[in-house]
Amino acid sequence: MKTTNKKTNKKTWEESYKKSGLRDADFSSISGRPLQPLYTADDLSGFDADAELGFPGEFPFTRGIHPSMYRGRLWTMRQFSGMGTPEQTNLRYKFLLEKGQTGLSVAFDNPTLYGRDSDHALSSGEVGKTGVAVDTLADMERLFHKIPLGRISTSMTINAPAAWIFTMFLANAEKQGVPFGELRGTLQNDILKEYIAQKEWIFPPEPHLRLITDLMAFCADHVPQWNTISISGYHIREAGSTAAQELAFTLADGFCYVEHASRAGMDVDDFAPRLSFFFNSHLDFFEEIAKMRAARRIWARHMKDRYKAKNPRSWLCRFHVQTAGCSLTAQQPEINIVRTALEALAGVLGGCQSLHTNSMDEALALPSEKAVEIALRTQQIIAFESGVANAIDPLGGSYFIEKLTAELEEEAEKYFRKIDELGGVVKAIEQGFFQREITRAAYEYQLALSRKKKFLVGVNEFVNRDEQLEIPILEIDESVERDQIRRLNEVRKNRDNLAVRSRLEALEEAAAGTANLTPHLLDCARVYATLGEISDALIKVFGEYQEQPFY
Amino acid sequence: MSDQKIKVIIAKPGLDGHDRGAKVVARALVEAGMEVVYLGLRQTPESIVNAAIEEDADVIGLSILSGAHMTHFRRVRELMAENGLDDRLLTGGGIIPTRDQEKLKEIGIPKVFGPGDDLQDIVSYIQNWHHSHTA
Repeated sequence: MKTTNKKTNKKTWEESYKKSGLRDADFSSISGRPLQPLYTADDLSGFDADAELGFPGEFPFTRGIHPSMYRGRLWTMRQFSGMGTPEQTNLRYKFLLEKGQTGLSVAFDNPTLYGRDSDHALSSGEVGKTGVAVDTLADMERLFHKIPLGRISTSMTINAPAAWIFTMFLANAEKQGVPFGELRGTLQNDILKEYIAQKEWIFPPEPHLRLITDLMAFCADHVPQWNTISISGYHIREAGSTAAQELAFTLADGFCYVEHASRAGMDVDDFAPRLSFFFNSHLDFFEEIAKMRAARRIWARHMKDRYKAKNPRSWLCRFHVQTAGCSLTAQQPEINIVRTALEALAGVLGGCQSLHTNSMDEALALPSEKAVEIALRTQQIIAFESGVANAIDPLGGSYFIEKLTAELEEEAEKYFRKIDELGGVVKAIEQGFFQREITRAAYEYQLALSRKKKFLVGVNEFVNRDEQLEIPILEIDESVERDQIRRLNEVRKNRDNLAVRSRLEALEEAAAGTANLTPHLLDCARVYATLGEISDALIKVFGEYQEQPFY
Repeated sequence: MSDQKIKVIIAKPGLDGHDRGAKVVARALVEAGMEVVYLGLRQTPESIVNAAIEEDADVIGLSILSGAHMTHFRRVRELMAENGLDDRLLTGGGIIPTRDQEKLKEIGIPKVFGPGDDLQDIVSYIQNWHHSHTA
């Protein structure tokens, strides 16, 4: 009797819905996902809450990785930051720590990200511009001057030369007298998404994968609290992917690292607990929350069932979230504060472990102190004022959210099958599969903006034609490049150059063999070999990667 | 002349992997009937100008989100002058502050585009320039 009633009601509603006038608008998600006007129990027919959700801290972790989630510990508020010289960045870190930030996150400049020294021909004009320049251990010493590395966790966003930036960090910890076992933090170290989206590589995929596996093995023995990799969807999304592509490609990369390390002879439970993830939180509120919930469920299922991990920590998809840089507008930058707040809220409702909120001025320049303080305050309002951290996974059980979570999981599985058909992640990269999928999605979104099917306030609608920019803009002085190059030359002059040469030769020799390269990279860092010298030594053995340009 | 396609070189100079904008614009220009040669990443001012000579391009478009725009635009402009390409259009896009846009005007780059600019505006800008330079 009851059931009949329910069905009749839904039908009645459907008829009234069809008769009502609808706005002339596009009701799909920002990724172009078609959405129903209403989600009901019918959408979850056959839904098994025990199997699909479990409880927080229990398989498949859809509702969160910890039993107590934010009641136990709030997410880490970690603002990605770096600019100019190591001294300038060191001051910004001290400023952020004083304002209540709870972890550090280093942004390196482009030459550093590509493993080039500040005086390399391609570095011209780029030194210190979008992050801090680090050429040698001496810069690492300045960057963390009077910051106790044993007491704060540090994240370093670097990929192609990640292993030798990390060994410079380790060498600096030695000089500070901090044992490796006490170091906590994360190295991004995710080369696959570089080929897919961010395009900062040095070698072809195989040698990069070896360096990553070597680092995982080294850290398992010597730096056990370190997250050796942060498998990142962030950049995939920034390059224009849909939410489902971000989810699928990121987790596929994760599986590829697991397979590579397993093939190298490591036990999955020896390295998997130190794998971490990094997702974007874009504007489409519910789709983003569903994406993060789906990520936990998919990872747990694959790690347990497919890769036979026994340690429950190996099943956990722990992740950092950054709000979407690509959603920020140069027009009316102050309203980016609101966009970022919504995206940050989605990250928290999605159950992130740490969060970066973008500053309002980031479509114009690196953030000013004022802008970054507001961004941090946004997180503090969510954490301490809004009340959303009081109950765990508050949207769990919502017809809409659970349906979306399931849909995203299905789409990701479809992509995994496609990638397998192409011969795996590396083969798919070489065929340009990911790059094409992303480029197409980016173009479609831009067209939707152009045709006003999608909107950006202040950009294609509600435009303020007489706008005057009223916020401070940070500028990096041209003198940074000169100063950094001068310092680099001083280091080259004053170090033990015989030791540098012998360590670099030993590295080259090891690279040609099969030994773990991390101890050799640490030896090079200790004697102040430069980032570029180490890159060049390895390029001699591994070669450089070239991408076929296409659009 | 008007039935001849406008030929555009698009390139990413320096160490900057942000190629979303460059690729989206390249596609939009092709859709608008132009011929696009996308050189890809890690280009130098020299490689870009050489390609423009080889391809006899009408337009060079640089995409720079790394903050190195002043260095690269200035150098490409100089090389264009040295190679007799002063009659071609140099433009581009990226994160380029208003203050720097003014400086770029002074060295012969009348307009660059930024976040939020409409694809159609970029297409029209190039078409209008071409029209006034071939009429």
